Amino acid sequence: MKFAVLVFPGSNCDHDCYHVLKHVVGVSTEFLWHKETSLAGFDGVVIPGGFSYGDYLRCGAIARFSPIMKAVEAFAREGGSVIGVCNGFQILVEAGLLPGALIRNRGLKFICADVNLRVETTRTPYTAEFRKGEVLTMPIAHAEGNYTADPETLDKLKRNDQVVFRYCDASGNAADSANPNGAMENIAGIVSEGRNVLGMMPHPDRCAEKVLGSEDGLRLFKSMVNSLSESRV
Amino acid sequence: MAFDAAVEMTEEIAARHGLSAEEYARIVRHLGRAPNITELGIFSVMWSEHCSYKSSRVHLRRFPTTGPRVIQGPGENAGAVDVGGGLAAVFKMESHNHPSFIEPYQGAATGVGGILRDVFTMGARPIASLDSLRFGPLTDPRHRTLLEGVVAGISGYGNCVGVPTVGGELSCHPSYAGNILVNVFTLGIAKADRLFRGTATGVGNPVIYVGSRTGRDGIHGATMASAEFDDESDRKRPTVQVGDPFTEKLLLEACLELMSNDMIVGIQDMGAAGLTSSSCEMAGRAGTGIELWLDKVPRREPGMTPYELMLSESQERMLIVAKAGRETEVMEIFEKWDLPVAVIGRVTGSGTLRVMDGGRLAAEIPVQALTDDAPVYNRPIARPTDQDERNRLDPSALPALAEPEDYGRVLRTLLAVPGIAHKGWVVRQYDHMVRTNTVVRPGSDAAVVRIKGTAKGLALSVDCNSRYCFLDPRRGGALAVAEAARNLSCSGATPLAVTDCLNFGSPERPETMWQFSEAVDGISEACAALGTPVVSGNVSFYNETNGAGIYPTPMIAMVGLLEDVEKRAEQGFSKEGEAILLLGETPGRLGGSEYLASIHGLEKGSPPSLDLDLEKRVQAVCREAIRAGLVSAAHDTSDGGLAVALAESCLSGPKPIGARVDLQNPGGSRADEVLFGEAASRIILSVPEGKIAEMEAIAREHAVPFFRIGTVGGEKLEISVGGRGLVSEDVAGLDDAWRNALARQLGVA
Repeated sequence: MKFAVLVFPGSNCDHDCYHVLKHVVGVSTEFLWHKETSLAGFDGVVIPGGFSYGDYLRCGAIARFSPIMKAVEAFAREGGSVIGVCNGFQILVEAGLLPGALIRNRGLKFICADVNLRVETTRTPYTAEFRKGEVLTMPIAHAEGNYTADPETLDKLKRNDQVVFRYCDASGNAADSANPNGAMENIAGIVSEGRNVLGMMPHPDRCAEKVLGSEDGLRLFKSMVNSLSESRV
Repeated sequence: MAFDAAVEMTEEIAARHGLSAEEYARIVRHLGRAPNITELGIFSVMWSEHCSYKSSRVHLRRFPTTGPRVIQGPGENAGAVDVGGGLAAVFKMESHNHPSFIEPYQGAATGVGGILRDVFTMGARPIASLDSLRFGPLTDPRHRTLLEGVVAGISGYGNCVGVPTVGGELSCHPSYAGNILVNVFTLGIAKADRLFRGTATGVGNPVIYVGSRTGRDGIHGATMASAEFDDESDRKRPTVQVGDPFTEKLLLEACLELMSNDMIVGIQDMGAAGLTSSSCEMAGRAGTGIELWLDKVPRREPGMTPYELMLSESQERMLIVAKAGRETEVMEIFEKWDLPVAVIGRVTGSGTLRVMDGGRLAAEIPVQALTDDAPVYNRPIARPTDQDERNRLDPSALPALAEPEDYGRVLRTLLAVPGIAHKGWVVRQYDHMVRTNTVVRPGSDAAVVRIKGTAKGLALSVDCNSRYCFLDPRRGGALAVAEAARNLSCSGATPLAVTDCLNFGSPERPETMWQFSEAVDGISEACAALGTPVVSGNVSFYNETNGAGIYPTPMIAMVGLLEDVEKRAEQGFSKEGEAILLLGETPGRLGGSEYLASIHGLEKGSPPSLDLDLEKRVQAVCREAIRAGLVSAAHDTSDGGLAVALAESCLSGPKPIGARVDLQNPGGSRADEVLFGEAASRIILSVPEGKIAEMEAIAREHAVPFFRIGTVGGEKLEISVGGRGLVSEDVAGLDDAWRNALARQLGVA
């Protein structure tokens, strides 16, 4: 099994994602430069966080035109596993692989902090090994993580069980006071209709080792790898 | 020879470039003729205080700069120390004070950019930054705006490049009302045998320009930073550069890719004084010459003159000397990263900087005249006449100095002083976790980053109490070093080496030079005693407005090593029932204390005494105890004395927790002196009951006194002195006073 960590100009969590997959989870992983055009031989794709193209335009709006994104679209259409974290989520939204938009945090400032997340569904390859309703702790680090969608889209997301994570307090209430960025209905992560493309603002790559204080993120990556292994059998 | 000598040179033009009549005469002697305007511009930036260190050089020589771990001392883009396993820690601190006062966002942002380049120029990947900030009082709306702007600038730049800002410090004082301080530090990791230096060796080797195109921004930035401010300083805004962190990130990755191959002989950031300083400093170090072809320089706009091209401080640019024949490979790497790249000159054996603009000779100057032969001043030194008066403090003779009636309120007031208050509002805006190495996040005495692929960690801290330095610059300098080291020891790390940023007023004022010279001596003594050589640094003079200088602020950043990053400590109490121990017995004193300043409005007396031998032993005990796994929390007691340190430990853990403490007072001091008096060489520890005996054995071995002063637990912080209850505060209330103070003072709570 082999994973690709995409590298756009300005990606800066590429090394972090690579490190978790390769050295902590222990699966074969390669960096893939954005000018590449093929994902042949890869079983999963990670679009890491960062500031692709400096985020000088709308976040992710330029990266979606990189050559590799055509391959990512095809890969996702065929059911391939794609996970976008932070800037990766923004790129997936801009590319139309996930619905909605990520706008400026309501406090208008960059926020780097641990947040609590409630697992809303375990019906994804990424959360199969969590318990529904379980409260996780993960860091966020973004200025544009305020998830927004029109009412129909929001409705559809809920109807199809596509909301994967919500910001919540320590006891699991998705209260407004626990919402760091103003995201609609405290949404922190969603999955595509086909359940193979995950986008999330929190960083599982930053909480995948005990020395960093939490291994909740590691469970997400392991869940993904295990689901893929099972589906290959 | 066809110089573009359209302007007739006069001493007056020289003076407008910040060059004295004597310096101008010296230029004429070096050249054997009058300079043209381009040459004058080149001299003016290279001989500016900022680039030449002309007033500080004679003093900086007194720093201890060598040691068994030192790989690279001062004089290069950054210092480097051996951390074992074939790795080097590469680090430096720099000031960006003047530009940040004029334009806080871009001033601070480009400060971060500059220091990152200094580190990756050495072949090191930057893994952590710190920043140390000083503002005027936050009651002044201008300073609230400056603070918000500076923090936003650091956040905007550092976050985008993807180097975590893991800590630092911040405080406010009226002496910074006209000159804020923005000092930024970056640490990188490199292979110890693969460090790159800024040297232009090999006659005939190509000189390659990479990075952003050159524009008209930042011309004379170095000269601006070498003069005091006046009421017209707002007009200097065009001298501040604009940062582009995205290009910096590409430059960083491209340079590290370049350095993983064997294609170059030298590389240097085009920082202050841009193309001028990078080219002649590289030639100066190598004893060679350089010829530049300005028509090849990538530029943003047409019509730029040689003067503008040589003096531009456009950001995110590097100058590389490649091995002859490897040009194409070098250029391919930068083209991959979509960065402008061009061969703009070659190394010569002439010993001169020769600047060609098309077919015309635009400047020709002996390199040595710009570097080693730049003026060096041994400026007059005079102890301020009121220095003795500053040190005079007799609490009993001052009726106004009554002991407080409500010690709890005093404690809450001190916890809200910006220098002590929780910095959450600031660090939340910094990505302090990217690169996933941050093991101790901002908010403890020292930040700790692990070194991936090893068991090791590096601890970082930055410190300076400028009130101490105002009252006694020598002891203040030594205390800054001692505290930085103590912070590292409280994390369990062994202090390795120092980088500094010496912020002072005008060197043309003998009193300032006295402070500078004394501070250098104090730092030198402490660094020698603690075994932490100075490996890099920066001097910022002229932090002065309309004749009023800042308090002397020799900022000390220190790097320490944890052989096993798992064996570390943080400052927050977390374990109910553990014993609180005080290592060291130095009694606190009111002289120069935060309490005296904030509660009584007095900045007088002498700063705490410092016994460097005791300091060393106290720190050794702390580190040994942490490594032996005896310690659940360790915290240095500094600003605000024991009471504030105890409160900080109660509030810094995973959640606020109380403590009951009884302080002995054998000397019969005033109770406020026992609670809030400040002293060096003291550390608070939280230790499980069952491990106190082991703790005692370590302390005895080092002949360090220690006392059990209390117990962790409950919902209140209760402190008594000699059995007399003085403080009894709910930790929730203290937490609010401390945690939300900064946001309240900024009006954003």
